[in-house]
Amino acid sequence: MTQLALVIDLNVCVGCHACVTSCKEWNTSGAAGFMSDDNPYDRDPTGTFFNRVQTFEVGEFPNTQTVHFPKSCLHCEDPPCVPVCPTGASYKRPEDGIVLVDYDKCIGCKYCSWACPYGVREIDEHQKVMKKCTLCVDRIYDTKLPTAERKPACVMACPTNARLYGDIHDPESVVSKAIRENAGYALMPEWGTQPANHYLPRRKTEMRIHEDELERADNPLKIDGRLPKPGIKDPSLDDVTSW
Amino acid sequence: MNAPLQAVPDRTETKNTTCYMCACRCGIRVHLKNGEVRYIEGNPEHPLNRGVICAKGASGIMKQYSPARLTQPLRRKPGAERGAGEFEPISWDEAFRLMEERLRSIRATDPKKFALFTGRDQMQALTGMFARQFGTPNYAAHGGFCSVNMAAGMIYTIGGSFWEFGGPDLDRAKLFVMIGTAEDHHSNPLKIAISKFKRRGGRFVSINPVRTGYSAIADEWVPIRPGTDGALLLALTHEIINTGLYDRDFLARYTNSGYLINLDPASDQCGMPIRSGAAQAGDNPDHRHDQLWWDRHSRRAVPNHTAGADPALLGDYRLEDGTPVKPAFQLLLERVREYTPEWAAAITGIPAARIRRLAHEMGITARDQKIELPIAWTDSWGKEHDTVTGNPVAFHAMRGLAAHSNGFQTVRALAILMSVLGTIDRPGGFRHKAPFPRAIPPAAKPPKGPQAVQPDTPLAGLALGWPAGPDDLFVDADGGPVRIDKAFSWEYPLAVHGMMHNVITNAWRGDPYPIDTLLIFMANMAWNSTMNTVEVRRMLNDRDGEGEYRIPFLIVCDAFQSEMTAFADLVLPDTTYLERHDVMSMLDRPISEFDGPVDSVRIPVVPPKGECKPFQEVLIELASRLKFPAFVTADGARKYRDYPDFIVNYETEPGSGIGFLAGWRGRGGEKAMVGEPNPRQWEMYEKNNCVFHYRLPRSYQYMRNWNQGYHEWAQRTRVRRYTDPIVIQIYSEVLQKFRMAAEGRGDSQRRPPAHLQERIATYCDPLPFYYAPLEVQTTDTARYPLAAITQRPMAMYHSWDSQNAWLRQIHTHNYLFINGKMAATQGIADGDWIWVESMHGRVRCMCRTSEAVEPGTVWTWNAVGKAQGAWHLAPDANEARLGFLLNHVIAEELSTADGRPISNSDPVTGQAGWYDVRVRITKAAADEPAATSPQFAALPAAPGTSGVRRLWQAFVAGKGDFR
Amino acid sequence: MNPAFSVIFLTTLLGAGQGVFLALFVIEARAAAGLLTAPSVMFYWMGSAIALALLAAGLLASFLHLGHPERAWRAAAMWRTSWLSREVIVLPAFMVAVAGYGWAHWQGLPGTLWLGAAGAAICLGLFLCTAMIYACIKFLQEWATPLTLVNFVVLGCASGVTLATALAAVLDEAITGITGAWAIALTCTGLLTRAASLWRNARLKPRSSLQTAIGVKHPRIVQKAQGFMGGSFNTREFFHDRTPGALRAVKWVFLACAFVIPVLLLAAGLATAVPVLLALACAVQFGGLIAERWFFFAQANHPQNLYYQAVS
Repeated sequence: MTQLALVIDLNVCVGCHACVTSCKEWNTSGAAGFMSDDNPYDRDPTGTFFNRVQTFEVGEFPNTQTVHFPKSCLHCEDPPCVPVCPTGASYKRPEDGIVLVDYDKCIGCKYCSWACPYGVREIDEHQKVMKKCTLCVDRIYDTKLPTAERKPACVMACPTNARLYGDIHDPESVVSKAIRENAGYALMPEWGTQPANHYLPRRKTEMRIHEDELERADNPLKIDGRLPKPGIKDPSLDDVTSW
Repeated sequence: MNAPLQAVPDRTETKNTTCYMCACRCGIRVHLKNGEVRYIEGNPEHPLNRGVICAKGASGIMKQYSPARLTQPLRRKPGAERGAGEFEPISWDEAFRLMEERLRSIRATDPKKFALFTGRDQMQALTGMFARQFGTPNYAAHGGFCSVNMAAGMIYTIGGSFWEFGGPDLDRAKLFVMIGTAEDHHSNPLKIAISKFKRRGGRFVSINPVRTGYSAIADEWVPIRPGTDGALLLALTHEIINTGLYDRDFLARYTNSGYLINLDPASDQCGMPIRSGAAQAGDNPDHRHDQLWWDRHSRRAVPNHTAGADPALLGDYRLEDGTPVKPAFQLLLERVREYTPEWAAAITGIPAARIRRLAHEMGITARDQKIELPIAWTDSWGKEHDTVTGNPVAFHAMRGLAAHSNGFQTVRALAILMSVLGTIDRPGGFRHKAPFPRAIPPAAKPPKGPQAVQPDTPLAGLALGWPAGPDDLFVDADGGPVRIDKAFSWEYPLAVHGMMHNVITNAWRGDPYPIDTLLIFMANMAWNSTMNTVEVRRMLNDRDGEGEYRIPFLIVCDAFQSEMTAFADLVLPDTTYLERHDVMSMLDRPISEFDGPVDSVRIPVVPPKGECKPFQEVLIELASRLKFPAFVTADGARKYRDYPDFIVNYETEPGSGIGFLAGWRGRGGEKAMVGEPNPRQWEMYEKNNCVFHYRLPRSYQYMRNWNQGYHEWAQRTRVRRYTDPIVIQIYSEVLQKFRMAAEGRGDSQRRPPAHLQERIATYCDPLPFYYAPLEVQTTDTARYPLAAITQRPMAMYHSWDSQNAWLRQIHTHNYLFINGKMAATQGIADGDWIWVESMHGRVRCMCRTSEAVEPGTVWTWNAVGKAQGAWHLAPDANEARLGFLLNHVIAEELSTADGRPISNSDPVTGQAGWYDVRVRITKAAADEPAATSPQFAALPAAPGTSGVRRLWQAFVAGKGDFR
Repeated sequence: MNPAFSVIFLTTLLGAGQGVFLALFVIEARAAAGLLTAPSVMFYWMGSAIALALLAAGLLASFLHLGHPERAWRAAAMWRTSWLSREVIVLPAFMVAVAGYGWAHWQGLPGTLWLGAAGAAICLGLFLCTAMIYACIKFLQEWATPLTLVNFVVLGCASGVTLATALAAVLDEAITGITGAWAIALTCTGLLTRAASLWRNARLKPRSSLQTAIGVKHPRIVQKAQGFMGGSFNTREFFHDRTPGALRAVKWVFLACAFVIPVLLLAAGLATAVPVLLALACAVQFGGLIAERWFFFAQANHPQNLYYQAVS
């Protein structure tokens, strides 16, 4: 069975928000739209977004990590938002594991958002239905698009390629390999939701220098006479000792 | 019966063009639905961004349909104050008539009374040409307050620089050191490259006072005090030289390290390389390559690059005539002798052991992880090489180094460190991008004196150029400046990008002279693009004793209603990037790749809104009306119909075959780089993703400073006139010439005015050195202990126009970030209202404590704060109420002992030192209003901007709601 | 959570209506068993009418909560998995039962006791559905406890029986004493069970933390930016933006108004036989339960809030 998902590589995410606005741009005129904005040019502008990039500071100066953390619907394998929906508007597609909302059935009771520990569902204040990441379901199966572009808008946009996309049930997929090889993890595992989206942790490349690597026989200082060979006639122990 | 309703099918199209949400110039594919922009995505076939797009690029729709768009020419209402934003619409005919009349009379009398300064435009080839044809020297873009130190410091050293000029080869680097980048420049390509680099296991070290953005994903963050990078770079160089980790072969052959410097104090040429006067390598009369080496085999002086010779890099020697000489590298060694890691530790705040380790990491990686590519090439001296080799240590730097008044020498230090490691235009190191490398300095020269400015005559010389010595300064007989911004004067001799940041102050003061008309394009000089904002706004509105404005006529061209347009007498509505033709030209700053020249175009994908007119069309119309020689035929008839026609048919000289675009030249589009105008050139760009990419043969892709094959190619394609080598200037002859003039010596007869002699002698040092930034030198640092800097957030980087409805939700207002422990010592808590105070002014704002900033630094996101009512934002919008500009506490001039005004800028390049300010912070009183200070009177909406204020909106393309 | 008044009224009104109905049924059952004097027919049908009115008001409140009330009928679809869906089915069924019960009494039909028994069973089912809507969300740890069900039942019954007492004082003074006693007993029990949940919740250890939320193992993690600054659904729906002090104040108010004062008023009303005091007890208690339910929502700390802590 297929479970499509995103794998987000925190090791390369620079927090540029490209995924945030490309998502909005694609979806506001797409099948998941519209995505309204309140107070667009006034105080406290606020709008519907499926995807947000957050920033955390880990540790204390000077040992600080700044972590940029993109978050959208994790398409849980056991999504708590689905069974609570009274109308069946919120559902998980058996064929690819995408969790979707059927706007025509949604009554806007917000209960599914209460039942999501990750805070990734947003009600559209004007369409009055619950909205969320669709994994760009209107892109990924669009046969009019070239195969390489049948990916979510955020994945296409991401300048650091920090967003990988694929089937986590296929052990040979890019995402499965990334999770396997780079210690991919799920968010809030304590609730057993089995998020399909995974995150890859920071990885640190260090360089070890042995002291004896510092100087080599071909040190150029020797050529330029800074570390000159002593002259034959210069004083030596030979002049003063007789064993 | 009614006929069944025929559903009108949606009309969808996809058009390619080039993004302009920032200056990166990524290729984009714009999807349209019923003529409205549906989706903007990165063009996968574009070499720059390879399909990716950033947060701004993906928000272009909200720029296109912004309610702040100007849609008709506006004239300030009679009697209304400048800055009040009260306008009446006029026709383009009227606007052109106004400008034509005024400019014609200025041009016929004193052309320098017209000044044209542009913001972050990418059409300097055209704007510069317009100014030159007008005859005014008073032209520049924003480089003076952007990163001219980065351009000048590197180009005067290695003949190229970062961003458009060159960059780190992260495909092959093993160690990447990023120092002093404020999330700026080369955004998407750098993101792509860093990500690949990290995934390949490369080691990424970031040296920065703040850990955000790129630094966030560094393997190691090295916090450093702002303005002290020069000390660090010199200490690194010290350690690398003293441990013998430098690339001797590279230095000997490709730099002037081995050139013998005359040290005879009695000689007029003391401090200059000894020249043989003999035959030279190359064919360049401006650059004689007859300096001497001390051949360590024959133990005598020989012409450089004598076959079989190997120059001594260290030691001191005497020529046959007794002249004492030392190789330049010996002088560098002596210069950095005192710059120990311990010395730098006290200045930078980085422990000495860490500086040593960084130096060792760089040196050992460069030495032990050599790259060898099986590419044969021939160097400028005829030596054939079987391979191209490289040392995989790459650097990237930008404004964090540049925007300090010690930035030029700091950037020189960086370029020299990169050279000492042997990483210039080699795999894994720094790589040039065409048309770089250029000669050191490049050939273009500013005019030499006031005689270059004559009525009704084009300027004799380029408004901006690259002085090679005092003779190239643009000064009058007394050594005084000729340009309004005083660029290329003894105050700022290498101000190669001009000094836009002083134009308004100088013009207001009438120093060196008053001007009549100031034309500003795309620059918010009444807000975030100026220092000392409150005062500059006052100057823009100030009148002389007779009630005349001190700057009599102000024209502003912009696409949006900004703080600056409010001050204009005449506002010209520009188009957005989706409505215009543009060229990213080889004559300007193209988007070349390491492997060869690339230029690109913008092609309109939607029609202009209202009466918007691209600024280029305005220039071409004016140039034709004013009958500039290049824009009219011999009989005075108009030569170019419009901008696209101009781009296709203009040649730098009749028949030169060099034009704005390098691709698809020749009558049928069969030629590249050089060729006759091709009437179908635009079409061919359009068919090819709007981009032309010329891939050099592999053997021409490296070592281009000294690559004979490349130089011959460059000469054939007219990229360069000469084929001589571009030798890295470890020791800068150009700077030494200025210093000698200050010492009353040297070939030039020009001498700095007495009050500037010491300044020139000090700062025009041929070897890099460290000094505290000028502003810091004059600050009581006990009273103002904190360095205050700014960055642009990635989601708004370079977004110089439109408060974008989507992006402003991400950054609605800004905070001052301060180190948590430092805040605690001031009794300040996260979220408090505080005062930030410098010698020059103060700002009230909110603070955020952070562990990602070094304790001596405070910082904020720049230009998030807006004036009330600007950009069609509500007067109580967060940007105005809670956002703030740090610019209010930064001065554009320094206080001097003798009371003469001098720019707060680098004394060599005139780069604005806007990262130099020192501040203190105090908690705001509990009874103060919860709003930032200063506040400004709300601007009314300009005529022609949207009359509708939507409480909410939902953009859906193709419905026509947003047209 | 940011308490929504639609849901506060929904749950409190339903609880009171259910309590009234259960009081009627138990009185009838006890009367049938000869344990007390049967009240008048009017008491039954008036009581049923009041219960029905409360239920209807609750239903109306629930409609106000919906973005698309016109589609509310769809909510019956997912009864297999959704307690909310079950509530949507059970509530009308219960309303029919209550209406039938009252009508039967009015018409003097036989079998009202059996009808009442069926109604009571549905009523308990409704309590279960309503409470489980909240108790089933396991990561809302303040709610995910049997005490939620217990409190919904006990507090609903207490308020309903207090109302029934006030009604009895007007219509059938004879049973006032017994219902009043029940009301006092239930209110006291409610104080105990609600105090138990307060005690439990004060000692809750959140299972989620910033460490599990973003998967970084470090003791010191601080959010600097939630990704937007002007608020979003996530900040509006899940944060009440009240100070801990305000929360504490609401707690003491509801402990006083929902429990202590009503008990005193009930006792005084029974002792003095002044019906106004009983009516007042009823009103104060309902107000107290509104505060209690507000606190119930406000106290629930949603794990999503970990992601929305700071703007910059």
